[in-house]
Amino acid sequence: MTAVAATPSVLSRLSTVLYLHPRAMLLLLLAPPLLWLGVIYLGSLFALLLQSFFYIDEFSGTVVHEFSLATYAQLLTRANLDIFLRTTSMAAAVTVAAAMVAFPVAYYMVRHASLRMKALLYLGVMLPLWSSYLVRVYAWKLILAKEGIVTWFAEQAHVTWVLDALLAIPVIGGPSLSISYIGTFLVFLYIWLPFMILPIVAALERVPASLTEASADLGARPGETFRKVIFPLAVPGVIAGSIFTFSLTLGDYIIPGIVGNSRPFIGQAVYQLQGTAGNIPLAAAFTIVPIVVMSAYLMVARRLGAFDAL
Amino acid sequence: MGHQTSIAVSFEGVSRIFGEVRAVDDASFEVGDGEFFSMLGPSGSGKTTCLRLIAGFEQPDSGRILIHGSDVEGVPPYERDVNTVFQDYALFPHMTIHKNVEYGPMIRGVAAAQRRTSADEMLELVKLTGMGNRKPSQLSGGQRQRVALARALINRPSVLLLDEPLGALDLKLREQMQEELKSLQRRVGITFIYVTHDQGEALAMSDRLAVFNRGRIEQIGTPAQIYEHPATVFVAGFVGLSNLCEGSLARRLTGSERPFAIRPEKILVLELAERAPDGHVSITGRISGITYLGATTRYAVAVDGGGELIVVRQNATVTSQHAVDETVRLAWHRDLVQPLRTEGA
Repeated sequence: MTAVAATPSVLSRLSTVLYLHPRAMLLLLLAPPLLWLGVIYLGSLFALLLQSFFYIDEFSGTVVHEFSLATYAQLLTRANLDIFLRTTSMAAAVTVAAAMVAFPVAYYMVRHASLRMKALLYLGVMLPLWSSYLVRVYAWKLILAKEGIVTWFAEQAHVTWVLDALLAIPVIGGPSLSISYIGTFLVFLYIWLPFMILPIVAALERVPASLTEASADLGARPGETFRKVIFPLAVPGVIAGSIFTFSLTLGDYIIPGIVGNSRPFIGQAVYQLQGTAGNIPLAAAFTIVPIVVMSAYLMVARRLGAFDAL
Repeated sequence: MGHQTSIAVSFEGVSRIFGEVRAVDDASFEVGDGEFFSMLGPSGSGKTTCLRLIAGFEQPDSGRILIHGSDVEGVPPYERDVNTVFQDYALFPHMTIHKNVEYGPMIRGVAAAQRRTSADEMLELVKLTGMGNRKPSQLSGGQRQRVALARALINRPSVLLLDEPLGALDLKLREQMQEELKSLQRRVGITFIYVTHDQGEALAMSDRLAVFNRGRIEQIGTPAQIYEHPATVFVAGFVGLSNLCEGSLARRLTGSERPFAIRPEKILVLELAERAPDGHVSITGRISGITYLGATTRYAVAVDGGGELIVVRQNATVTSQHAVDETVRLAWHRDLVQPLRTEGA
């Protein structure tokens, strides 16, 4: 038998072996992703975790490879706690606002839009994701700048006082929208909104229309049906979306660097610590913070029954 | 319906049109209080749309619907004194069985302790005592069906609407539930309006039924009336097995081309030499097929001059005295012939 003729028979024999041993096939299919996820992804995460227990020698500026909690103690200084508080507050605000904006859009897409309209809305939600993130953030900087379109529009509509009042609010205000927490918040909200809309759409798609009818049939007005049936069943989608918006905001270092008042967020702190400052242990300790915050958040969500409808 | 009973639901020339499709086309009927009324028809015949019109999920394009004498035009589902058992049960997946059953009273503001008591009573009624703490996903199809029933009945509606409630169950369970539903209806005394495509189910359970075809009602009557005296070609074909005779076959047998139906079990199979009894129509033919069905045997007979008749005989004594290719005489009493209209009313 020639080698050319033997090839298909080897292949078909392999198929037979794999068909008869489904476990072997599963293992073969799972090996690459498990290797990637388990070794490279989780492995480096653990390496990072390990780094956070080392510390920087103040004198030489080199990393001391000894177990210590000194770096975590450093995390608890006033300046670093401010960074933590600033970032988590922003992430929470962005998440709540995103859920409030996304829900009606998702609800309309699932329950009311025609097939054509639905396709258009999907496109509308996804389209921004096809263009560069940096371009969109810089575009927002121009929109929000003092010389930008928002200020111009406020002047044309004679509502400059509203804008001024908004910017006069302590802490979140500033000289212009592009140099304030409000601006940072707006850009975060815009950038992460698709990540909230899509999971809510997916969750609502799974709620059969007959449940809404059953609720009405049993005497519930639309508002009650929404509170008792639709929203509880959509909560897993909202939670899934909030995991995206919350964790993406926690880790982002570009948006607050471009639009905002230059007070650092966690991502920026990490970027500076591992780069110019060369303080890898503290950078590692900082990255542990979002992990802990997210774990706590998910535990609370679970405790509150957010996943009961899954 | 007699005048001594009050009318629960009445349709007066109701139509519902979806685009080009007349889903319900000029339907008029009345359902008496406490009646078990079925709407029977193939899928897309308008029976479910009729149910949704009563529930209030759809509004008629023309005609009037009255529930206990009052016009329900513009009345939303949550203000109608009717409840529905949905085809897919539509149980709330995030609530326990207790919470599902208590949903109606909870919405009406009944106190928690009181509604739990009545929920337990309802669960007992549908034989699900002690299942209250489970989630719908932990129940079997038949159990979910009972929960849906309990959830609707707890509100003591004046009319209960059931949309193919047994459709998803297997045959054995379906037959058992048919009997349970029927006896439940007698006990609670609530008007049941029952949608089904299963003619056996409709015959077995209903006081009266309406046969739907393409949005129109073909015939309304008791199960015996519908079965014994089908009014139209469609009813004769859809309800039970019928020999539909038209054209030349009809002319040879009755002298008229008007189509008629004869039920297979009404036909006698005689020896060729035998004389048909008085008042009987008879025709000769050759047995082209015999199917043994246990309780009965089915014969396909190719009658002389063209056409085929199906005959079903009880296997009361010997299984079969006839063989394929045997020539036999078929006979039936003139009065059992049902002349048919080709169109609905």
